[in-house]
Amino acid sequence: MAVCIAVIAKENYPLYIRSVPTQNELKFHYTVHTSLDVVEEKISAVGKSLGDQRELYLGLLYPTEDYKVYGYVTNSKVKFVIVVDSSNTSLRDNEIRSMFRKLHNSFTDVMCNPFHSPGNTIQSKAFDGIVSGMMVQTASTV
Amino acid sequence: MECQEEKPIIYTMENKPIVTCAGDQGLFTSLYTSLAQQLPREPMEWRRTYGRAPKMIHLEANFVQFKEELLPKEGNKALLTFPFLHIYWTDCCDTEAYKSAVKEDMTRWQSSLRTHGSADWVIIVVETNDTKKKNKTNILPRSSIVDKIRSDFCNKQNDRCVVLSDPLKDSSRSQESWNSLLLKLRTLLLMSFTKNLGRFEDDMRTLREKRTQPGWSFCEYFMVQEELAFVFEMLQQFEDALVQYDELDALFTQYVLNFGAGDTANWLGSFCAPVRSWSGLLLRRPIDMEKRDGIQRGEASLLDLRSYLFSRQCTLLIFLLRPWEVTQRALELLHNCVQELRLLEVSVLEGALDCWVFLSCLEVLHRIEGCCDPAQLAANCSHTVGLWAYATDKLKSLGELCGLVSEKGPTSEDLNRTVDLLAGLGDERPETVSSLQSPYKKLKEALSSVEAFERHYLELSHAAMEMYRAIGRLRSARLVGKSLAEFYMRKGDPERAETFLQEALKSYTSEGWSLPVTHTRKQIAECQKLLGRTEDYLQTSALLAGDVNLTTEERKHFCQEILTFAGKSEDQSPKATLSMAVFAQLTRLQFRPATASVHSGAVLQAELTLRCLMPVSVHIQQLAVSVHFDLERAGTNGRSKGAPRQTNPGTVEFSQAHPSAGPASSSAAGPPLELDEIEDRSPTDNSLNSTGVVCKNTHLVMRCHDSASPPDTPNCVSPPSVTVKDDGQMLKVQDVTLEPGNNSIVFTAPSGQPGTYTLRQLYATVGQVQFVLPHIYPSVQYEVYSQEPQLTVEPLSEPLLAGLPQMVKFTLLTGHYAVKKGDALQLSNTDTMPVLPSASCTARINSPAAELVGESSLFIQSSEKVTSISLPATPPYHTLEFHLEVLCVIPHGCDRPANERLTNGEVRHRPRSYSHPDTPMTAIDQRMSIDCPWSIYSTLLALTFYIPFKTKHTLLSAGNRKYIQVCVQNMSDVNFTLAEVQLAEKQQATLELQSLNTKTQQLLCSKHSVFCLWEVRWKDDLPSCLQCIFSANFSPPKQDVSTFKPFHYQFQLERVTTLYSVRAEILPPASEQHCRSGFLCGLEVCITRLTEPTEGEAAEDSKTDADGLKTTKLMYEVADSSSNWAVCGKSSGMVSMPMAADATHKVQIEVMPLFAGHLPFPKIKVLKYLPHTAAVAIQPDPDSCVENDSLSLLDKVLDDQGDTASIRSRGSVHSVGSGDQQQQKGVAMPRLEPFAAGQVFNHSHTQQVLVLPATDDHIMEVNAT
Repeated sequence: MAVCIAVIAKENYPLYIRSVPTQNELKFHYTVHTSLDVVEEKISAVGKSLGDQRELYLGLLYPTEDYKVYGYVTNSKVKFVIVVDSSNTSLRDNEIRSMFRKLHNSFTDVMCNPFHSPGNTIQSKAFDGIVSGMMVQTASTV
Repeated sequence: MECQEEKPIIYTMENKPIVTCAGDQGLFTSLYTSLAQQLPREPMEWRRTYGRAPKMIHLEANFVQFKEELLPKEGNKALLTFPFLHIYWTDCCDTEAYKSAVKEDMTRWQSSLRTHGSADWVIIVVETNDTKKKNKTNILPRSSIVDKIRSDFCNKQNDRCVVLSDPLKDSSRSQESWNSLLLKLRTLLLMSFTKNLGRFEDDMRTLREKRTQPGWSFCEYFMVQEELAFVFEMLQQFEDALVQYDELDALFTQYVLNFGAGDTANWLGSFCAPVRSWSGLLLRRPIDMEKRDGIQRGEASLLDLRSYLFSRQCTLLIFLLRPWEVTQRALELLHNCVQELRLLEVSVLEGALDCWVFLSCLEVLHRIEGCCDPAQLAANCSHTVGLWAYATDKLKSLGELCGLVSEKGPTSEDLNRTVDLLAGLGDERPETVSSLQSPYKKLKEALSSVEAFERHYLELSHAAMEMYRAIGRLRSARLVGKSLAEFYMRKGDPERAETFLQEALKSYTSEGWSLPVTHTRKQIAECQKLLGRTEDYLQTSALLAGDVNLTTEERKHFCQEILTFAGKSEDQSPKATLSMAVFAQLTRLQFRPATASVHSGAVLQAELTLRCLMPVSVHIQQLAVSVHFDLERAGTNGRSKGAPRQTNPGTVEFSQAHPSAGPASSSAAGPPLELDEIEDRSPTDNSLNSTGVVCKNTHLVMRCHDSASPPDTPNCVSPPSVTVKDDGQMLKVQDVTLEPGNNSIVFTAPSGQPGTYTLRQLYATVGQVQFVLPHIYPSVQYEVYSQEPQLTVEPLSEPLLAGLPQMVKFTLLTGHYAVKKGDALQLSNTDTMPVLPSASCTARINSPAAELVGESSLFIQSSEKVTSISLPATPPYHTLEFHLEVLCVIPHGCDRPANERLTNGEVRHRPRSYSHPDTPMTAIDQRMSIDCPWSIYSTLLALTFYIPFKTKHTLLSAGNRKYIQVCVQNMSDVNFTLAEVQLAEKQQATLELQSLNTKTQQLLCSKHSVFCLWEVRWKDDLPSCLQCIFSANFSPPKQDVSTFKPFHYQFQLERVTTLYSVRAEILPPASEQHCRSGFLCGLEVCITRLTEPTEGEAAEDSKTDADGLKTTKLMYEVADSSSNWAVCGKSSGMVSMPMAADATHKVQIEVMPLFAGHLPFPKIKVLKYLPHTAAVAIQPDPDSCVENDSLSLLDKVLDDQGDTASIRSRGSVHSVGSGDQQQQKGVAMPRLEPFAAGQVFNHSHTQQVLVLPATDDHIMEVNAT
């Protein structure tokens, strides 16, 4: 489904970033980093209007010719970014949402691990597995 | 007149629903103006089918003359040309005329309508007063004509005939009729719309349902639905019109997607044709008829269809005042088209799509600019910036494709490609031919030459960057900047490129994105190399050499770059100073010895752990640590005071700041605080005035908080200018090879001068390159101290016992003083603590590390005043230890000799004994005064000794005979042997003390006592005062006689002589042989004076009676403390004793035994009674008060006893005591004084008497529990 999945800390440094190995990893790093602009824009826009009643899912951050970048922000301002191939038209908003939910759940599990110190990069195998699952599906469908 | 002209229909906004007019054209013409004006004036509610929300709608109409050709033919789906209403105008009021002409005309009109199935018509009858007046004769009432018409044509549809009265007059009647006419027209129009559009929509839907059938064509359907959209647009229902186009859009998209999924529709074939034209969107015309025709003919390409569809959506959105939606949809469209072409596998010339996208982006932007003012545009950058960036991107790839970016310029191949691309653009559209800045012209120009391309590309890039910045999307701006930098690099302009790269790098570094950091840094390295900025390049190379994101080969390459430079000779290149952090990290520093504090001249080693980040091992010529020397806090004070600081642990761990990959934690926290403590001491007495903490690097810390710029961490490409501070002192190591990973390097620290040494900077020199760590933090210090010699004396074993020889340990810390041969310690001798000479006394010399260095014997010489101890030669900072035996003389007791002067003239401090809280033994402090060779002052030292014994004495009497008992208690933890116990009297020669002690030697165990007894014998008179000295020898058990040490105890006994004897007797009742409990018995107390009064006694406490006889007043008291007896009657009383030997006084008291058995006698106390005298009254000395207190105390005791005693009489003592106390407080009063221990001898002291139980008292109480 996804070609790149990233978790970004509140301070905007990457906690976790993985992309499909066949493609240029660097390009995704640039894409995800740039998407933070829109994430911040959306957070501040939402913050003004709705207060604390805010939707975690930020929707499509920006489309490019080849990719669609979706964003999600947890209440602790940790950002999830999922990059999807534009040619993959089977993915609807709902699927993206559920991917983010899954990601969030797994991330919460990682944070609950007493041996994980928040702020460090994510090394969890379970989390890795969830992410792989989201990316493997791509390989099978496309 | 508009309605009468046969104009070709132009599909513009000006389209209005067509209404035909038949009948009297002249009449209509006269009314046309006001009709056209008034029709749209009031809105009408349009109720819609299919649950669509009703709308208020202003109706307009295009009135045309009725012609049969206007009526739609069967199967014609055109809606725009559809006449929605037919009106027949007449002002006929003449019946004849009606019958002859008008009716016929109307019938024709009706029949032609009917043949075309049009039921939307109305007949308007205009009547004016003028017409009535003109032909008065033929005038029928107005109603009759209308009625006729109604009956002729409108069967059951009376509303189809409307009367308009006096339309050209300004009267209320006329206005009213106008209004009703307009309302009628509007209603009819709407009805027509609803009916006809509904029918149309139904047809359209039917057509759509057929889309799965083979012959179905999207283009045909497109035309049908667009017709509907046109009508909605005509009715100004843009929203509805847009919906039609969106539906078409979605339908088409779905087909393309289905095609991707393998479900191919035949009609899609035309869209899959290779793209031949990429002229971009055209948004300047409301309807691009060219493209529309193409679609209608089924010849349109996918880009054509998309372009046309978007241009229509764009037009409608702009009508709806939603220009920003246009930009957003445009971006989506462009992305989507590219995807769709890919999906449909349409063959496209390389770069053609880029052209199309570029042109389209600019076209959309132009269109938006055309309908918004600049302020609005600026405020909505966020909507347009995406298009700008996209256009920039596309232009860049076009430039690269056409060889416009390279330094050399385009090749012929590139030029061919350019020509092909330009051919696909076709000719410029007529709309933009006159415009100088049309997208078409721009693209053509940009592709025409390298210079033009550069100009256009820069213009676009900067525009995009500016906009990104303006809306705060800095990351995006930097990404554009980076791509601009890449452009500059290809153009061979590294200088400009670097600026953009640095900016981008800053952002990546501050946010900890390692991969972009590495990539950007590599590009920067390339720039710097090209620019010849050696130092920067080396610094970047160093960073890259240690970057784990790179492959080993790349890292080695960069490392080699540094080493190559380092290998150059000095004249070839200047030295380069780089930041250490990128090369190696200082991880640990360990001092040996771990205290990091040594005396001056000693060896101190520092072991540095450096983690080398280079991929290969690096040979370093010199590794040095500069040291800052600080004398202020120098440890000149002795070791006890200022020496090794606890805050200075031997091992310092340095926190890790990752140079490249680190998450932003290090940068977010800013540089670590460098704190130092300050103390402000008063200059006079060195007392602390204030203390605080000072931050040394405030300027760095504060700067980071003020601005958001990342701190000067090693992440920065150009490190802060590293200043090499030369403080003179250095820790140096030559020729070290640093392997990748941890390296351990040992330095020997300078320790010449005493003071604090702070490690400041670390340098590593590799040929021409020097790596500098500008700040070692946390700050590392070591201390070199200089120490005064110090002499201490402490007991070898605790506690030191007085009276026995004890070993004490002398410890001499030489400090900076070297003990020479012949140096001696001079101890002033004292009587109370002599130094015992010993045969062999050895001194041990220890090094500072507590290792034994040497041993030598001491030479001790004693003279009368001093004991001199010759010391062996000892080097500085060593410890000299020896033991000496001393003896502390136990003080005798009360004799206090006058203060003596010591040899050095000091007043000798008498050792004073005192009780120590830790031990039951009495302690004595002994001071020693020692003259040392290194000081002109004497050293005073104190030792505490403990007296092992506690001695008590008692005087015992038996009638006139006297005994002295001495009790020696061993308080120490050691056993002793006590020998030669003796007691002597000092003054009375006649007195003889006969020892009753049998043993000569006795073991005195720890915490035990020994009692000794002597009988006092005298010849003439027993002196009232005895000065006794108890003496004994003691030693620890099982020791030779010679080791016995003497122990003395002095004491004084007073009032030794027995004055009175008291004898008591209990007499059973007269009839009985024994006492019985519960029966009164007699107690006879007999007090006898034993001696003649002495002089002192007579003077002191007797008075002469009236008859001249000397008497003493005594008070007796019978008290039974154990409740065995009940005293009946007086329990106490006063007797006057004549002061003569054998004077006797007898007292009878009745007592009653309370229990049966052998009862001890009640206690009889005899006290001296001192009647009040004037002398006493004048001088109420504190003793008397004490007496009073004791009296009242006694009284209280009696009171307590009285509770248990059932029968009790209050004696005079009580009344005297309490009465006096209350009445004459502070005034003279009689006193009671107890006798000294030996003065009264009680014969019946512990005597018992047998008491039988009462006769019938046979009840025994048994308590079983």
